[in-house]
Amino acid sequence: MPRTSRDVVFVDGVRTPFGKAGPKGIYHETRADDLVVKCIRELVRRNPSLPTDRIDEVAIAATTQIGDQGLTIGRTAALLAGLPKSVPGYSIDRMCAGALTAVTATAGGIAFGAYDIVVAGGVEHMGRHPMGEGVDPNPRFVSEKLVDESALFMGMTAENLHDRFPHITKERCDAYAVRSQEKAAKAYANGDIQPDLVPITIRNTNPEAGETGWGLATTDEPMRPGTSMESLAGLKTPFRPHGNITAGNSAGLNDGATASLLAAEDVAEELGLPVKMRLVSYAFAGVEPEVMGIGPVPATEKALAKAGLTIDDIQAFEVNEAFAVQVIAFLDHYGIADDDPRVNPYGGAIAFGHPLASSGVRLMNQLARSFEQRTDVRYGLTTMCVGFGMGATVIWENPHFEGGK
Amino acid sequence: MSTTELLKRAAELFPGEVVTTAHVRHLDLPLGAGRLALITLDNGFDHTKPTTFGPGSLAKLSEALDQVEAEAAAGDIVAVAITGKPFIFAVGADLKGVEVLKEHSDALAIGKGGHDVFKRIAALPVPSFAFYNGAAMGGGVEVGLHASYRTVSSGVPAFSLPEVFLGLVPGWGGCTILPNLIGPSKAIKVIIENSMSQNKQLKGQDVFELGIADAIFEPADFLEQSILWAAKVLTGATVVEREEIDRGKAWDDAVAWGRLIADSKVHGAAPAAYKALDIIQQVKDQDLQAGFDAEDVALADLIMSGELRAGLYAFNLVQRRAKRPFGAPDKSLARPVTKVGVVGAGLMASQLALLFARRLQVPVVLTDIDQERVDKGVGYVHAEIDKLLAKGRVNPDNANRLKGLVTGSLDKAAAFGDADFVIEAVFEEMGVKQTVFADLEAVVSPTCVLATNTSSLSVTEMASKLQHPERVVGFHFFNPVAILPLLEIVRGEQTDDASLATAFGVAKKLKKTAVLVKDAPAFVVNRILTRFMGEIQAIIDEGTPIETVEKGVLPLGLPMSPIVLLELVGPAIAQHVSETLNRAFPERFGVSENLGKVVKAGKRGFYIWVDGQQVLDPEVLALLTFGDTVLTEQQVLDRSLDAVAQEIGLMLDEGVVGEAQDIDLCMITGAGWPFHLGGITPYLDRSGVSERVNGKKFLAPGLASVPE
Repeated sequence: MPRTSRDVVFVDGVRTPFGKAGPKGIYHETRADDLVVKCIRELVRRNPSLPTDRIDEVAIAATTQIGDQGLTIGRTAALLAGLPKSVPGYSIDRMCAGALTAVTATAGGIAFGAYDIVVAGGVEHMGRHPMGEGVDPNPRFVSEKLVDESALFMGMTAENLHDRFPHITKERCDAYAVRSQEKAAKAYANGDIQPDLVPITIRNTNPEAGETGWGLATTDEPMRPGTSMESLAGLKTPFRPHGNITAGNSAGLNDGATASLLAAEDVAEELGLPVKMRLVSYAFAGVEPEVMGIGPVPATEKALAKAGLTIDDIQAFEVNEAFAVQVIAFLDHYGIADDDPRVNPYGGAIAFGHPLASSGVRLMNQLARSFEQRTDVRYGLTTMCVGFGMGATVIWENPHFEGGK
Repeated sequence: MSTTELLKRAAELFPGEVVTTAHVRHLDLPLGAGRLALITLDNGFDHTKPTTFGPGSLAKLSEALDQVEAEAAAGDIVAVAITGKPFIFAVGADLKGVEVLKEHSDALAIGKGGHDVFKRIAALPVPSFAFYNGAAMGGGVEVGLHASYRTVSSGVPAFSLPEVFLGLVPGWGGCTILPNLIGPSKAIKVIIENSMSQNKQLKGQDVFELGIADAIFEPADFLEQSILWAAKVLTGATVVEREEIDRGKAWDDAVAWGRLIADSKVHGAAPAAYKALDIIQQVKDQDLQAGFDAEDVALADLIMSGELRAGLYAFNLVQRRAKRPFGAPDKSLARPVTKVGVVGAGLMASQLALLFARRLQVPVVLTDIDQERVDKGVGYVHAEIDKLLAKGRVNPDNANRLKGLVTGSLDKAAAFGDADFVIEAVFEEMGVKQTVFADLEAVVSPTCVLATNTSSLSVTEMASKLQHPERVVGFHFFNPVAILPLLEIVRGEQTDDASLATAFGVAKKLKKTAVLVKDAPAFVVNRILTRFMGEIQAIIDEGTPIETVEKGVLPLGLPMSPIVLLELVGPAIAQHVSETLNRAFPERFGVSENLGKVVKAGKRGFYIWVDGQQVLDPEVLALLTFGDTVLTEQQVLDRSLDAVAQEIGLMLDEGVVGEAQDIDLCMITGAGWPFHLGGITPYLDRSGVSERVNGKKFLAPGLASVPE
């Protein structure tokens, strides 16, 4: 039977404010599934022309799929969000690129004709589910030297990246981190971030964690406006004595959730749904697990090739800031300056936080904001590095593009 | 006395209070609406121990209000909101704190203390909100009524002002504010009608539709949406409109309608509803402070009244004692019941089959003497299941499952060979029942419990001819089986603990209130009712007019008059039971010739309906012969209560039940005798009947009375 691939659009995306993982974090007494459920409900509320029974899939990513992130969270979240029981759901895991993969997997389904409308997102409550909870790596990894032991610890892989690119200094990374904080603070001041945040009520019963009772999370907890080179210089390098990676030039351990609405372009039009971005191409690539941070480079190469574009066609970048070194390695590869205004203009994960499997949609929200504000930009990309040596890139087209100036 | 001193003193009287903390937390409202102080009521336990208000809790709320008052005055906050811990808003005053009160002045302080604190919410210089996130009752509802605005979660399972049900008035603003908020008719529905209809609860949607809440949101993000809504109200984006209240004749009519409801339920016998209605009438003039003052006085008077103490006692019986049957053997001795047999396929048997199938969810087999009867019985059950399906009480899959569970058979060996519990509901005659049990014993397993639904025959005698009499228990239901909670579980002389424990286990799964009773004639409810009715019948037969008799027992506030009850039971059955008891205790239980004539004539009762009026049936009157002793109303009451008190005294001496509390639990759950009587013994104690008849009270002081 003859098939026509359909265009896929990013209709809308929301996220919770991100929190710091741990007993004093805002979400310490909040369930992971509730975070993503509230995102789904907000998406539905923001798009009243969407008949919820038209949603064909709910794909939710989580890295640690146990407890309140287990039980096929895509399905349970759909039920808890009050979507019709006829709407199915499933779970996805590609560690940090979980939500991004939820988007690409369901987008592929839309293009193929299997879905008309989907919800794709992710959640990670690293307070309730610390990184590495319940993992059981096959001993062959070590005995056969399939990977170096450092491959299992993201901070160590980031240090490895410094070894590979000695010209990327700690100072460059710290300077990058300071700018990320500055850009995030400015974006907040301009109201560029808040429109896509879902306020979350948060309970606290521990007086040591501040006022007790019900509160409301409306902003990202990890942000540190006013961060300076001096304040970063003295931070510990926990992954290597006299190393380069600090809590200041990398994303922290965070709690949060995201959700997005994707649709076939013709269906979005039929239902009067807004179009924030149009999917152009996507690609995933593997690299040596010990230097997983370089993953975005081959992934982007692949995605550009599939789209028939070059890096010069890309005028807006949202690069996940797991570590500053990994962003700079990507920029260096393409000859882009560390402070290029096209890159992460609203700040990145170093400021906002990186609740692993949820982050992909945050990148998309921010790219959509760039597209909305910069009608001179035609193409942009979202990219991230992924544990165990992978990269993931999605290229998007700006529906508001008004031709080059 | 200042509020602080008042509450401090009250707290000293109630050292065991689980104190609810009022946490104050600040947050930035959406839409740039400003800073909100959100108060969370939380007693520190999970939802299984709901948040309540005692004096210590009120003091905590008062402290929180000190703080937000200052913040509001300083312009630091734009609004105050109150909500609860997960699943619970607050379920009202801690009743244990009410039980310990001995002085009218202390009772007055409880009411005033609550008012003093709650009033400050309305008096805040900024708007206030209540977010009813979960169960809210009594004082929990009232604390929110003092706020400027309210939201409710559509998931709220229970919302009520149950005070009148217990014997109180909503005394922390409920009687005063609610009619002024939603109008007197709707307020009376909540305060009087629901409360007096087995404490019926409202759901979130009802709360919104009644206008108690201004907005309703789904539970998944109720609090987020409530906060957003508050921001919209504060910024003027949302304007709250409430229905205009008719303060003319409609107000008086509503209160008059409330009195009719109260009369129909308690016939003037319990004061709470009437006091509540008086306050509702009074606050038509919108003088809230005068309303609050009236609430304080009404509350204090009621707290010091026997009716309230009896009501609390009754509440504790059905809430606590009913869950832990007195004298029941260790439940670990119970054997599993995976299949049930019912002998007989008549109406009672069919009702039992349906109940067992619904609650136990195990196969239930009906047998009878011929296929036609079996088919009729199974057909009845299946038809009842279809009715449940039509009403949406079960879904189609459940209906199919239930129908599959209930089958009929003539082959007892095949049907009951693997049953764990077989109950008989055949004709009420010892010989018939003994034969049924003998037949059963031949086909069932050695551990199968054999239960009888007899209402008057000796369980011991019924078991006496069996090889294993230790497996026989009495399992006496009350009609209508699906509605009346009581199940008298009768221990025969030889009944063993395992069989009895199994019976209690089954009762629990049936969601019945099981009371352990000795194998004595007519057990508890029927014995007391028959003694009471026998005395009434004798008074009538001796010459007192029926009207006088009816009026004489009116002060008890029984759910129905004895004459109407006779009609409901059926004169034939009443006659049968009185004959049984007459054989056992001829000196106290007579057999009425007049009643015999009514039965013989095939009449259903004494009354007929003419033009919508209940009048004595002249055909019945023509049958009867009367003496010439005419008693006054008071004499009627005294004589019938003396009889009841004597009978209960004798039953306790005989050990029919372990304690007087079980008598009351039986009368409340099996005969529908009212809370304000505490069943019956608290009333007999406080009206002096117990001492007059038995020389002592049934209950220790303080148990169902003001402590001494």
